Amino acid sequence: MFSRAINRDLAHLEGKGGFSLDRLMIILCYVALITVVILPVFMILYYAFWDGTKIDIAMFKQVIFQKSNIRSMWNTLVIGVFSTALATAVGVFFAWLLGRSDIPMKGLMKFLFSIPFMIPPFLAAMSWDMMFSGRGGYVNKALMSLFNLTKAPFNINSVAGIIVIEVVYYFPFVYMQVVSALERMDPTLEESARIAGASQLYVIRRITLPLTIPAISSGMLLVLITSLSNYGIPAMLGYSQSIFTLPTMIVELMNRAGGSFEGIRQSAALSIVLVFIVSIALLVQRRLLTHGRYDIIKGKSMRPMLIKLRGAKYPLLAFSLLFLSLIVVAPIVMIILVSFVKAYGLPFLAKNLTLANFRRIFVGNIMVRDSVKNSLFLAFSAASFCLLLGTMLAYVIYKVKPKGGTALEMMAVLPYSLPGTVMAIGCILAWSGAFFGITLYNTIWIILVAYIARYLSYVLKSSSAALQQVHGSLEEAARSCGASHMQTLKDVTLPLIKPAMISGFFLVFLPCMRELTTSILLYGPKSRTLGVAIYQLRINGQIAPAAALSVVTITLIIICNNIVKAITRDKKRG
Amino acid sequence: MEKVELEGICVSYGEHMVLRDLSLKIEPGQIIGIVGPSGCGKTTIARAICGFIKPQQGTIKIDGKTMFSHKDRVDIPPEQRHIGVVFQDYAIWPHLSVYDNIAYPLKKRGLPKEEISPRVHYALEQVNMVAYEKYMPSQLSGGQQQRVAIARALTSSSDFLIMDEPITNLDAKLREQMLVEIRILQQRLGTTIIYITHDQEAAMQLCDKIVILAPDGSIAQIGSDEEIIRNPANRFVFQFIGVSNFIPVVIDDGKAFFDLEKKIPYKSHIPGKMTGTKAMLGIRPMDIVFDEDSPVRATVAQAIFLGNMYNYFVRLPGMEIRVQQIAISENAKSYSEGQEVGLAFLEERYFEREDA
Ligand SMILES: Nc1ncnc2c1ncn2[C@@H]1O[C@H](COP(=O)(O)OP(=O)(O)OP(=O)(O)O)[C@@H](O)[C@H]1O
Ligand SMILES: [Mg+2]
Repeated sequence: MFSRAINRDLAHLEGKGGFSLDRLMIILCYVALITVVILPVFMILYYAFWDGTKIDIAMFKQVIFQKSNIRSMWNTLVIGVFSTALATAVGVFFAWLLGRSDIPMKGLMKFLFSIPFMIPPFLAAMSWDMMFSGRGGYVNKALMSLFNLTKAPFNINSVAGIIVIEVVYYFPFVYMQVVSALERMDPTLEESARIAGASQLYVIRRITLPLTIPAISSGMLLVLITSLSNYGIPAMLGYSQSIFTLPTMIVELMNRAGGSFEGIRQSAALSIVLVFIVSIALLVQRRLLTHGRYDIIKGKSMRPMLIKLRGAKYPLLAFSLLFLSLIVVAPIVMIILVSFVKAYGLPFLAKNLTLANFRRIFVGNIMVRDSVKNSLFLAFSAASFCLLLGTMLAYVIYKVKPKGGTALEMMAVLPYSLPGTVMAIGCILAWSGAFFGITLYNTIWIILVAYIARYLSYVLKSSSAALQQVHGSLEEAARSCGASHMQTLKDVTLPLIKPAMISGFFLVFLPCMRELTTSILLYGPKSRTLGVAIYQLRINGQIAPAAALSVVTITLIIICNNIVKAITRDKKRG
Repeated sequence: MEKVELEGICVSYGEHMVLRDLSLKIEPGQIIGIVGPSGCGKTTIARAICGFIKPQQGTIKIDGKTMFSHKDRVDIPPEQRHIGVVFQDYAIWPHLSVYDNIAYPLKKRGLPKEEISPRVHYALEQVNMVAYEKYMPSQLSGGQQQRVAIARALTSSSDFLIMDEPITNLDAKLREQMLVEIRILQQRLGTTIIYITHDQEAAMQLCDKIVILAPDGSIAQIGSDEEIIRNPANRFVFQFIGVSNFIPVVIDDGKAFFDLEKKIPYKSHIPGKMTGTKAMLGIRPMDIVFDEDSPVRATVAQAIFLGNMYNYFVRLPGMEIRVQQIAISENAKSYSEGQEVGLAFLEERYFEREDA
């Protein structure tokens, strides 16, 4: 019916494999990953150990043993260990309460757990600071006047304060892991122990707890890794008291260096120390994830036996609701209140309330308007780039399966395990004229490159999960129906993974909107982001306008979040 | 000119060599069955012809034109080979309606809109699915999806189709019906069809010619159904195309014996079809009859009535064999378990014995 016309040249080309779409994509992936990931990482090592003419370990040693740096390492470890331990305890308690007991109002509590994820950690820290700062936090002041105290009862600007706020912010990580393990656990194991006459506490201690150990430990390590590399919370709470952790110290060294070679080398060296500490935690996590599978946890969901709390039910409920609303609702309310007050510190009375803060940030302040524009631009472009590159990577790794596929995947997920601060230092080193004389420093593009590197693995994950569902024969069918490779991608593959791509886009867009860690190191006079603008307003003492901008940011995030939800819900129904 | 010509094809997945030096010629206008046990490489042959995998060696020609040649470095991409394919797992695109699935190959070949619609309807008629053109694949049963796959393959190419297990997932009755429909379709359009299956009965019913693959991917026999049934090339083919018994035999002193726990004479002369002194006798259960005068004595171990026939398991010293008797013939007689019987062997064949 159709003529079997053969273009011999084309045939030869395909046969030789000199140029094909697959090959082009493989090359593009390598080029992109080497540019955004490998160069920055390489530059950190280069600067830490190369003094311009020879390998130099002396400087590295000196940095490590410098007193202020040892202090920041110590702080990082103390904060990491304590906040992990406490977050685990709180997370497991709530997981058990919601997953295994008959406590009422579970829906409300589950909703409250999801809120901390919407607020960037540095905003939460800022809000806590407004309440409990040793110098004039609102709650501190109220307590002082109430009880006639001469000293503020709480001081959040301390290592303990940082730990408490990290616990409040991170315990949902543990909660989520454990509650899903509890939901998948075979309830007959517990029931048979009960039937055999074991007491409730005995069952929890000897059966339930051991079986959820893998989930608990993976949640725990997630908290530990996040805490070790977190910048926002210690920066907001510790800076005024000169309490530094490794990430904040790296930024501080970088700022103090003012571009001097020695200073940059010092922060590069410190970055290596931080990466080293985080990698140990990551290695432990990987081991646990691969070896800690217990097969009593089944894939299908079952209705577990619920433990009756009896008399303890309502006291526990009251305690939980109070606790959750304090840690979730209080910071939001605080930020909103402060955003309407004429000046930070004034009591919240009708005569002190005003809309001026909002007017001030939008009308009077070019920096703020720029930052909204920049953040929207950055989030949109980073998400688009990540979408393109991440989906292409997923396609190459899982469909083309070239020889170096694993190398590609490792390169793509590497920045995910690198602290944002370190990634930012790498970007500065790589893009200040080190390669081909390209200088992106102080422009918005360097932030874009850093965002792409940091969040690429999010799209890679969602797209490759979807691609693995697309059976190869669906693409082959299109080929033998006369579609070229490119047309097959366009007509079959991409439409089938579209929902995953959309959610991948927002998985990048949302964290970019609220990013602080890398932007604080990379911003230039015209490339401030929302996070940077809030941070600077606050540092400059403009706390009420900072709160107003925070309210705007949170609103933007919630709107975007709901758009994602609406899109993914539509997909499920259609 | 041959429709398809494979020459010296080698395919391996890593270390695992699936096809070695496979050569095959397919005449136009026929249905060719490729049959073989699961995992022997049937799908691999189809994928090589379609261009989805690149053999390490060999040449593939369609209509005399080279589609693939390792030596000359030719590899025509699949979209230019113009083969209609029905995939083992249907491969219906879930995001397109039945109509769009079937229209896709026509769109890709740049047909004008007004020509597409009648062709799609024609294809839908061929597979009795006209009422379903607006359905989405998720709203169809497995059998209906399979029909859509066939219709799409037909619009893709009506002169050469490859069908990989196209009816395996249908129920017995629908399977029968689809076989008839495929045959009618092929006769009407003169299509060349490569029909891949592990079900030798369906292949025999449908195909003009059958290629039987051995488990190692080599061709065990090529021929019409009659040739294969009459003259199985080796023990594997004999066993593959039907229920069979194998009994080791040995020649001693001009007589033929079953070489079991003890030697049982069953023929007083050397069988004409046999060569050498040791062999494996192969026989179908239907070709063994009960004969009181036979020197071969056995005990009925199990008797099962299957409606139109009796199925017996009969014990010889050291071996159990299967015997089938038509139940409705006038001299049919039923035997009960534990009864001693005599067995006569008609239509037996001789194959090589491994220990010979
Ligand atoms: N992508 C692959 N990678 C590695 N091995 C493969 C791959 N595809 C097939 N094989 C192997 O090649 C052999 C032949 O596979 P093929 O799919 O051709 O079998 P088949 O005859 O079609 O079997 P079935 O009747 O089960 O469909 C099998 O042993 C299989 O394990
Ligand atoms: Mg197959």
